[in-house]
Amino acid sequence: MRNYTQEQLERYSRHILLKDVGVEGQDKLLDGKVLIIGAGGLGSPAALYLAAAGVGTIGIVDGDRVDLSNLQRQIAHYTKDVGEWKTESASEKMVAINPDIKVIQYNQYLDASNIRGIIREYDFIIDGTDNFATKFLINDACVFENILFSHGGILRFDGQTMTIDPNKTACYRCVFNAPPPADLVPTCSQAGVLGAVAGMLGTVQAAEALKFLTRAGTLLTNRLLIFDALTMDFRTVKIEKNDNCPVCGSHPTVTELIDSPAAVCDLKSS
Amino acid sequence: MSVESIDITMEHCPMTFVKAKLALARLNRGDILEVTLKGGEPLENVPRSAAEEGHKILSIEDLGEVHLIRIEKN
Repeated sequence: MRNYTQEQLERYSRHILLKDVGVEGQDKLLDGKVLIIGAGGLGSPAALYLAAAGVGTIGIVDGDRVDLSNLQRQIAHYTKDVGEWKTESASEKMVAINPDIKVIQYNQYLDASNIRGIIREYDFIIDGTDNFATKFLINDACVFENILFSHGGILRFDGQTMTIDPNKTACYRCVFNAPPPADLVPTCSQAGVLGAVAGMLGTVQAAEALKFLTRAGTLLTNRLLIFDALTMDFRTVKIEKNDNCPVCGSHPTVTELIDSPAAVCDLKSS
Repeated sequence: MSVESIDITMEHCPMTFVKAKLALARLNRGDILEVTLKGGEPLENVPRSAAEEGHKILSIEDLGEVHLIRIEKN
């Protein structure tokens, strides 16, 4: 067990008081390593809560700069940060909240050639990306490396998330076989999102990471959590590991990582 | 079995129980923690919270200004 300073005991007192976390759980958080992919709508709240929680090493991946249109939901970035690298902007806020932690910035996009080497350094991955190509890439890489991750997606007023314990519980491809055709992915003019929905989902993902590290409770595995903020209906749909899954089934067809074209919504270039 | 002692008379809620939990975490099952605390909130909450977490309250002694509780770690 660590030697806690008075300041750390006060900072983490609300964790230590929890029967399911305690001093032992806080030790695990401080020893924990979580990678957040995407420093946007989902990654921002996840990064701030994990930093506040004292997760000792937090990696954050993003190859983009802060845009004014991000600020409506990407709460790690402030008006002064417009034009700044997202990883730098998020890292600054995380360390300001909690100087105990170490933030590792990956100012780049992930692809088939670099993802495995990066995720391998971490205990848990949070998918906070905004495109299907990267979501499938993360899923496949986590299956190959056997690393737990939280999938998350939001659109308009809707959110969905599930936690994957690869090769043990249903993976993203068990449920969604392959990326949807590009013409089914909403175009920029259709793809609004209520800012707070990003916070609702990103904090669920952060809670899953904290639960995994502390071993508290039961993870959101073999269940897809879906909510509609318009009606504020939440439901979980039971899902199962699929023996015919192209990546984690018994006869996989996806046996190596490939880069598929990203159907990403890029307002600036359209 | 070992016996450890802490004084949390200078602490306020919730650091009273945080300090007790920290001390308990350092002990092994069956060890005894003696906690010196003030009446009022600490006396009401520390033994109750320790019991809720499965530890055994062996005794609560009124020493006048302060109280001494003895907790057996679960």
